[in-house]
Amino acid sequence: MKGTEEENLLSEVTEKNYQYGFTTEIESDTIAPGLDESVIRTISKKKNEPDWLLDWRLEAFAAWSKMEEPEWAHVKYEKPDLQSISFYSAPKQKKELASLDEVDPELLKTMEKLGISIEEQKKLSGVAVDFVMDSVSVATSFKETLGEMGVIFCSLGEAIQEHPELVRKYLGTVVPQRDNYYAALNSAVFTDGSFCYIPKGVRCPMELSTYFRINQAGTGQFERTLIVAEEGSYVSYLEGCTAPQRDENQLHAAVVEIIAHDEAEVKYSTVQNWYPGDKDGKGGVFNFVTKRGICHRAAKISWTQVETGSAVTWKYPSCILKGDDSIGEFFSVAVTNNKQQADTGTKMIHLGKRTRSTIISKGISSGESQNSYRGLVQIHPGAENARNFSVCDSLLMTDRCGAHTFPYIEVKNPTAQIEHEATTSKIGEDQIFYCQQRGIEEEEAIGLIVKGYAKDVLNKLPMEFAVEAQKLLTISLEGSVG
Amino acid sequence: MLKIKNLHAKVGDNEILNGLNLEVKPGELHAIMGPNGSGKSTLAAVLAGSDSYEVTSGSVNFDGIDLLDLETSERAREGVFLAFQYPIEIPGVSNLNFMKAALNAKRAHKGLEPIKAKDFLAKVKECSSLVKLDGRLRDRSVNEGFSGGEKKRNEIFQMAMLEPKLAILDETDSGLDIDALQVVSKGVNAMRSTDRSFIVITHYQRLLDYIIPDFVHVLSNGCIVKSGGKELAIELEEKGYDWLKEPSHDIPNI
Repeated sequence: MKGTEEENLLSEVTEKNYQYGFTTEIESDTIAPGLDESVIRTISKKKNEPDWLLDWRLEAFAAWSKMEEPEWAHVKYEKPDLQSISFYSAPKQKKELASLDEVDPELLKTMEKLGISIEEQKKLSGVAVDFVMDSVSVATSFKETLGEMGVIFCSLGEAIQEHPELVRKYLGTVVPQRDNYYAALNSAVFTDGSFCYIPKGVRCPMELSTYFRINQAGTGQFERTLIVAEEGSYVSYLEGCTAPQRDENQLHAAVVEIIAHDEAEVKYSTVQNWYPGDKDGKGGVFNFVTKRGICHRAAKISWTQVETGSAVTWKYPSCILKGDDSIGEFFSVAVTNNKQQADTGTKMIHLGKRTRSTIISKGISSGESQNSYRGLVQIHPGAENARNFSVCDSLLMTDRCGAHTFPYIEVKNPTAQIEHEATTSKIGEDQIFYCQQRGIEEEEAIGLIVKGYAKDVLNKLPMEFAVEAQKLLTISLEGSVG
Repeated sequence: MLKIKNLHAKVGDNEILNGLNLEVKPGELHAIMGPNGSGKSTLAAVLAGSDSYEVTSGSVNFDGIDLLDLETSERAREGVFLAFQYPIEIPGVSNLNFMKAALNAKRAHKGLEPIKAKDFLAKVKECSSLVKLDGRLRDRSVNEGFSGGEKKRNEIFQMAMLEPKLAILDETDSGLDIDALQVVSKGVNAMRSTDRSFIVITHYQRLLDYIIPDFVHVLSNGCIVKSGGKELAIELEEKGYDWLKEPSHDIPNI
């Protein structure tokens, strides 16, 4: 297919997207770099937002202007120059390539190993997609099914237009505008993200994945996700894509808020593999994310994350266990290689009675990377009989990398039961030799050992995701023992 | 099957194998005995391809190929199996997944498809009954939380699964009580065949009451100083090793 025919199909496809409401506005403009009030007004106007949201953004901006970039994390990097970033660029801004021949062959090799289809490879690496009919139809039938159950799943921009009352009710209730430097920045300038609403008593029949949202791959650097699960509802939400995305954006400052009403359950799974930079630590994404959920009575929020990407990660998916008998869980595998740095963990804030939390963190450090677990377990005076169980393990692949653990435990109620286990180990050459002696190649042996080490977390991922996450672990650690 | 000629190997500056010669023909079982530090386990590790040791000279021919030229995993896929003296624990990796990975690596090497689930399970059942490895142990992580005896039985289970051409048993009897010793020996004996060879490394003659060797060799200071039939083991049990001090560099007369 060549020339005009291809163009026709492409525009037809694009229009189809539009017709089904799957892409938000396809902007092609980018505003001048820099950040001030007028930029925020421009963003809000371009997105046709109601006044209350503009005011909300401006409040956030005012708060942010007085804040300092935090330095307490165990990471070192040159602070991004915010005045050199354009805060409004269209989702489909990425340079479009004519064919896969123009894509970095290393990237293609990785995607091939992950078993990603050619079409998907094109999409992910920014090649013009000439055939997306399948995804469109999948996405459409998918949206219809959800619609019948009253589930709303759309971009946040769309939700602001279509369901402003819901957005207004919940936006910023879990992560307030002035929560921290990056959350404030996000609140001021967020351009899009996802919105998900599960009505009372509804068990969402499928995993909601940004994967189905065609324009999601190109979502900008300040995305914002809002998930509301009404009483007694259930949803499993998948974020991320399992191919390594090269991204022009150096700074990603996302916010995720989850509201789990009485007896609701939300599972939030992430596989993050943004571009980690090259072997010498050049380039790569700064991933500074604020994720938090609030649990009302007997509600449950589970965060599961597999983090292999980004040059610098700063991320603490947390649970506020406000309601009695509510449950918070955090399961994490964080892999760092070469010069990557990760400072990640969770906060479990126990407010209600008999609240329970579980933390399982598995760090894997390789190359010259630095991998830190930072976690807070806080038991407030009213949290009678609260319980926490934490395990944080670190696995070292080389003798040049670092693993650090910073557990904070604050207990203000004597009935609390807190257990904390931590281990640090080096991947055993004897383990690798044992595998090799049974005929298993070194690379596969490392994959096997690491998967075994991370099993408790990988088991929490939805099946399909888990398979890809396992492959990703192996790929991230290729040739890394030393 | 296996021809070791004038093999020298060292760790750092420490020469451990010192001109070792040994020939093992198909179907034969050779016992290697000797005092502590004589190089028995080094021989096993060198044959398996451990990079803790440096081979400085000599050759090892295995079924017509130069064994020393192969990576550890290639040697294993060619049919060399080592039952470890201290089997390694791999947390989170189930024994069965481990065996499946190993078996399929070997099959891929031979150009075969991965084994079918049904065939695999049938094989597991057959091999685990050989050493009385119950379901609980099969499903657990590799060697994790196994007792000493269970680990050794697991080694023999793996050997049965992988059907090697050459099995090297490194002090498989150490730490076994008499019952476990019998179970393990029975497993080994069931595996003996005209096209499979064994090198059984042991400290004690006791094991050789159950696994009857075709030949017994005494290793001292990194080379074989005496070779004989199974009766040599009994003699050693009575007299110890002291009377065999002079190393002999001759290829054993076998």
